[in-house]
Amino acid sequence: MAQIDVKNVTLAYESLTVTENLSFSVNEGEYLCIVGENGSGKSTLVKAILSLKSVKSGEIVFSDGLAANQIGYLPQHSAQKADFPATVYDVVRSGQIGSGRLFISKKDKADIFENMELLGIAELAKRSFAELSGGQKQKVLLARALCATKKLILLDEPTASLDPDAAEELYRLIERINKERRITVIMVTHDMHSVDYATHVLHMGKDNIFTTRDGYVRRFG
Amino acid sequence: MLGMFSYGFILRAAVVGTLVSLCASLLGVCLVQKRFSMIGDGLSHVGFGALAVAAALGLAPLKVAVPVVIVAAVILLRFSENGKIKGDASIAVFSTGALAIGVMAVSLSDGLNTDLYNYMFGSILAMSNSDVLWSIILAVLVILTFVLFYNRIFSVIFDEEFAKATGIKTSRYNMLIAILTAVTVVLGMRMMGTMLISGLIIFPALTAKQIFKGFRGVIICSAAVSVFCFLAGLTASFYLSTPTGASIVIVNIIVFLIFGGASILRGRLS
Repeated sequence: MAQIDVKNVTLAYESLTVTENLSFSVNEGEYLCIVGENGSGKSTLVKAILSLKSVKSGEIVFSDGLAANQIGYLPQHSAQKADFPATVYDVVRSGQIGSGRLFISKKDKADIFENMELLGIAELAKRSFAELSGGQKQKVLLARALCATKKLILLDEPTASLDPDAAEELYRLIERINKERRITVIMVTHDMHSVDYATHVLHMGKDNIFTTRDGYVRRFG
Repeated sequence: MLGMFSYGFILRAAVVGTLVSLCASLLGVCLVQKRFSMIGDGLSHVGFGALAVAAALGLAPLKVAVPVVIVAAVILLRFSENGKIKGDASIAVFSTGALAIGVMAVSLSDGLNTDLYNYMFGSILAMSNSDVLWSIILAVLVILTFVLFYNRIFSVIFDEEFAKATGIKTSRYNMLIAILTAVTVVLGMRMMGTMLISGLIIFPALTAKQIFKGFRGVIICSAAVSVFCFLAGLTASFYLSTPTGASIVIVNIIVFLIFGGASILRGRLS
């Protein structure tokens, strides 16, 4: 059973239709890369999956124990909080707000540190978020996304502002999260190299193509 | 030194001012980070307009000004969320519009009387027992909001998209902050003055940010700085016979500069 089932969805930005009759599904433990030119509707699709935007027609169904607000989201361009007074711990902990509780429990706190350990940022806990490098910031935001979910992370251009080494490191971490924790990954990307890590690819454009990674490589090589 | 508190009006001003300064500094941390620094200024002008109209019609000032300023705060927030008119432009529209209405109301009634001069530049004599009560209620609400919703407030101002995606109703928290700011501004403006109340909102947050890098540190330092500057300014204004609002803002400027110097020094040393 699919965690997310997108059925015949048409998406519009303002009044402009950006994509029509889009259908695909994502199962537990899969790794889906969403690629396509600017303006093909990738970011609009992300907002629709997160329920930040409604679909014009069709439907997006969550099942297999996944609810819409249990997605760990890593937004695009969120690393620009240049002067925000927050420590790394403050930022990672803010991933816990979806729990519905006002105060964090001991277990929440253990989760926060476990996620920071996994991403190798535990020693940065008390550092100022604003003063970190681009790669470190993305790891912190990924840890925050992990605090918000046990099931699925949705990443919007996570490596857009990173140099190739930092991007590679982030891809490896995402791969580990996917394989070791069986957390489903949906990643919007411009970087064709990142498709190597995926199990499935959705190519958005004039025709939307949804296929396995191998199928995609055979077709576009 | 404590002699000044034997005057009832000073004691009332000290209680209201301390509580309003505390509220303004906590809310100020949020407003500064949300790039809404001018919202206090805009709302105080709306408050001026409302007070002037209330005075002209012989109505109770707070009963008119509090709801009017709350409505203005909610509308300003909606504008900036929808992005139809940019936040700063909509604040400017409200400021000048309300100021014009206020001035017109004054001139059509009985000219510029002392009350309205006091609204512009503040008066330490303006605080009544009902102001004391209002400010206690406000302070309890603001502190409860920050204690109970600390994580959510952080999340909403740090990254609204993420908070929304995680199921937080961000517009509720924005609305809560806007309404509390509106009440703070109206309560504070008659002592601080329409022209100076936004100093209470902006300065403590900026001062605290120069030294503290974590959110909790900034919030606590901002509150402490704000209350200290208020009491120092009030004392100075009493003994030096200087205007209260201006004295408080000038103490805020001095502390801001001291913290700025300390921050530069720390940068050099490390």
